[in-house]
Amino acid sequence: MIRPGASTLLPLVLGAAALVLVALVAVAVGAVPISLSDVVQGVLGQGDVAIVSIVRDLRAPRVALAALVGAALGMSGGALQGTLRNQLAEPYLLGVSGGAAVGAVLLMSLRVTDPFLVTVGAFVGAATAAALVTALARVVGGSGDTRLLLMAGVVVGAFANAAILVALADAPPDRLRGALWWMMGSAAGASWQAVGRIAVATLVLGGALVWRARELDVLVLGDEPAAALGVDVERASRRMFLVASLLAAATVASAGLIGFIGLVVPNLARALGAQRHRGMLILSAVYGALLLVAADLVARTVRAPADLPLGAVTALIGVPFFLTRLRKVVL
Amino acid sequence: MRADAVTVNVTAQPARAAVPLRFEGVSVKYRGRTTRALDGVTVQAAPGHVTAVVGPNGSGKSTLVRALLRRVPLETGRILLGDIDLLTVAPRDFAAQIAVVSQREEPSLPLSVAEFVALGRFPHRGAFGAMSQADTAAVQRAMERTGAIETDGRRTDELSGGEWQRVRIARALAQETRVMVLDEPTTFLDIAHEMAVFELLDSLAREGCTVLLVSHQLNLVARFASHIVLLHRGQVAAAGTPSDVMRGEILERVYDWPLVVTRDPAVGAPALLPLRGGGRGRHRG
Repeated sequence: MIRPGASTLLPLVLGAAALVLVALVAVAVGAVPISLSDVVQGVLGQGDVAIVSIVRDLRAPRVALAALVGAALGMSGGALQGTLRNQLAEPYLLGVSGGAAVGAVLLMSLRVTDPFLVTVGAFVGAATAAALVTALARVVGGSGDTRLLLMAGVVVGAFANAAILVALADAPPDRLRGALWWMMGSAAGASWQAVGRIAVATLVLGGALVWRARELDVLVLGDEPAAALGVDVERASRRMFLVASLLAAATVASAGLIGFIGLVVPNLARALGAQRHRGMLILSAVYGALLLVAADLVARTVRAPADLPLGAVTALIGVPFFLTRLRKVVL
Repeated sequence: MRADAVTVNVTAQPARAAVPLRFEGVSVKYRGRTTRALDGVTVQAAPGHVTAVVGPNGSGKSTLVRALLRRVPLETGRILLGDIDLLTVAPRDFAAQIAVVSQREEPSLPLSVAEFVALGRFPHRGAFGAMSQADTAAVQRAMERTGAIETDGRRTDELSGGEWQRVRIARALAQETRVMVLDEPTTFLDIAHEMAVFELLDSLAREGCTVLLVSHQLNLVARFASHIVLLHRGQVAAAGTPSDVMRGEILERVYDWPLVVTRDPAVGAPALLPLRGGGRGRHRG
């Protein structure tokens, strides 16, 4: 039985309620406006056939995909921040997501289109990037210098974008997702199959992080205190980093590169009182889902009928947040 | 009647079987250094006693603790708990038997004091589940014995340096181990709190614990420890009772400063008095 603790119960309930509400609104809003009661009926498969089809086949999968990707990114960022003892860490800024995108795109440029294999490619790419960053963290010293890690991550990210552009330069637009989809992320065109894949990844990998959360509570104390309390510091850090990276890779395979959710949400969860990692990861999942569903709603309505890239919306929220945090963490 | 008395005895005091901690010919060399930080050091900490490791800055005191925590690999030698080589013990089992208060630790998460002390139960708890009654009782006992209970209800990021240090010692105590190792535990403490920590270590030893203390405080150590190991440039310069080790000619050589050794008027323990006007190098002759 998971118990996030009394102090995080209220924000958890409020966040979950807000998530349900925003998800319903997100299904209701669009080119064909649907009333909230019709949304509920449509989800249940009742009422007008056309409405049911819009709700069930078009909008609900997109909202579900955004929610799951947001939850996964929130948990991945929370675990990386704990492992690296750095509140600016997240999979996108560390280049892990970029590595995942390169892995997926390389497979696709070799004409592999099976979504499962593409996800495996993303896993391999993310694990490679994660190994690079952890090796760097070790060279820099146990604590991992914030600036150097993030610089390396940004450079790996830039390399990833270049690799994506080169690999997809002559891709047939009807068969493969475009470079922009990978580089800026999107929940458009979501299918229930895609939702199923990210749901499994989020449950298994996110569940593993929540399961191991007590280790993170001890790891953040520092190498020596963590060792004194019985944690195999190197092995536990590697394992956490790898699982968090694979979780981020699964989001990349489902919706491309979406930055800053993994940065903003764990900090929000801590501000809401979740200090220990189990509560923090669970809150991060809920608020990550909430934030990304809301961001996707903004992405497809603010300049409708144009669909803004989802990663652009999260960057517009995340970059100012990053800059305010940077002052606190680095200076 | 007799059986009852035995039962009561067992529940009142957690069983702490006597077990010595022994560093045996331990050598450590840091990467990129030409000299060894520890060179064939043997230290035996016996149960029921406070054993102290003393020495000047850079003599290898903290490296000894780091080696115990496996933060640095041993070039030679081994570290034994009883007759078990600690390299063969899983990290969690290690922490269930040896509590270590390392020298430095920055406050990380702003936890409540009780939550922070409860981290000491980590080696005894599974991945899930709430605190057991035994866990809660251990945390309560640890907070009472260290005085950390005075800070109950506050958060770790609000504590003074001395309060923080006591809360860390409480966390180690909550591990309820047979062996306690402390690296400079009284650095930030005022006299009253420093004495309280030494008294606490003394009472732990009396209960049968093995206490190994790394400290700068030669005079206090001489009053509380029954065995002292003096390190100098990674080697054992002297070892034995306080009277064996606290001798003017040995300490002057190791600390490279003129001093006299007198007697503590209260307990008769040797006490060191550094002299003025020494000056590095002048004494070397």
